[in-house]
Amino acid sequence: MHNISSTLSQLGAGLKFTLIIFIFTLLFSIPLGLLVAKGRMSKNKIISGIIRIYISVMRGTPLMLQLMVVYFAPNFIFGIQLRDLTIGDVDYRLTATIIGFSINYAAYFAEIFRGGIQSIPQGQYHAAQLLGFSGAQTFFRIVLPQVVKNVLPAVTNEIITLVKDTSLAQVLAITEMFTAAKGQAASQVSIMPLVMAGVFYYIMNGIIEIVMNRAEKKLSYYN
Amino acid sequence: MKLLEMKNVKKSFEELEVLKGISLEVNQGEVVAIIGPSGGGKSTLLRCATTLVPINSGLIKIGGDTLVETDDNGVTHYADKKSLAHIRSKFGLVFQNFNLFPHFSVRRNITEALIHVHKKSREEANRICDELLVKMGLEDKGDSYPCNLSGGQQQRVSIARALAANPEILFFDEPTSALDPELTKGVLRVIRGLADEKMTMVIVTHEMSFARDVADRIIFMDGGLIVEEGPAAELINNPKNERTKSFLAGY
Repeated sequence: MHNISSTLSQLGAGLKFTLIIFIFTLLFSIPLGLLVAKGRMSKNKIISGIIRIYISVMRGTPLMLQLMVVYFAPNFIFGIQLRDLTIGDVDYRLTATIIGFSINYAAYFAEIFRGGIQSIPQGQYHAAQLLGFSGAQTFFRIVLPQVVKNVLPAVTNEIITLVKDTSLAQVLAITEMFTAAKGQAASQVSIMPLVMAGVFYYIMNGIIEIVMNRAEKKLSYYN
Repeated sequence: MKLLEMKNVKKSFEELEVLKGISLEVNQGEVVAIIGPSGGGKSTLLRCATTLVPINSGLIKIGGDTLVETDDNGVTHYADKKSLAHIRSKFGLVFQNFNLFPHFSVRRNITEALIHVHKKSREEANRICDELLVKMGLEDKGDSYPCNLSGGQQQRVSIARALAANPEILFFDEPTSALDPELTKGVLRVIRGLADEKMTMVIVTHEMSFARDVADRIIFMDGGLIVEEGPAAELINNPKNERTKSFLAGY
């Protein structure tokens, strides 16, 4: 017999990790993605070449594998014992998960941002330059606000994908929501915990859709 | 006083020589129109004078300050960053396709640089903006966004934006080429008003009758060279050079 309260409390505990991964990944990967996009467009061939390879590897290999590589790297490179390793008070498995997600998503965001930045007409830069704006002023006052509007639909896609991708953290034995649901499904011999997890993911993404739609609407005052 | 001075300016894009040695002077209060066929180097000339495109060799002075100079060893030096900023504050450029900032209101398009580049107070910037809007016949458009304005209105906003920092000389790159004849009128009226105030202007244009009526002097360019120049009415009504004649015959 399916025990709803047990399922809910387990899913709730898992949801905490799902949210932690989700929020920190967004927090790190969006600024990092902007930086990577800048690097990718650099006139310096070495920088743009390295960034190009980075993006290619991040997009071309499974995120699950990348999480494992990030996790095992300290052991491979420095011989550090990973068992019970913590950084600050945080379990290294969680840190590695967030690093892995962040560098992976930064690569995708970078390509979205690059498209957005390159869609800004040259004339905007010329006008800004002749009006006396510095490079930084031009980027943050003139270019970036227009880029944000241009990339919003594509960024929404990535954010929604991220919600579902958080389930990959199970590969580093983090009991996020999907792992919790699987555990409950096995112990209760019921598919209901998995269905409920599905509903939770769907609700999260529903909220994201509403928020992003509002943001798009707010930016639709010009075209 | 000479506000623009160019001597033997040359510019090539890879193999293609677009400016083959242009020399030209514009005095304070003078309105100079540059006419000629497409691909003749008019726009490139304007882009070189306004620092958007680097030249290969020659001399350009704006408001008495040297923007770029080729020394005796044939090396071309541009002014340093600080002088460049100073020189850029002396002139304004009005683009063919306006290049307004679409995410800013008309008011912010005009005041943004005043506040954040020229460090004027918001009140002062708004006062300048209101004055310019009245002058442009756009006094009720301060809160509009460029996308809600006609092309002619947008171009007048961009003229206001170029005038905001009180430049000594104003450049126009085919200011009416993106507009239909009806909208063109309003923009030309504004430019004519500036001419009446003795604003120094260099205007690249295809509007021959406008050039004749407003400009003091007209320069006809073709093939990267100044083919003919002279007082406006004389050059339009009575061109000497064969190339100028055949070009004007088309109008």
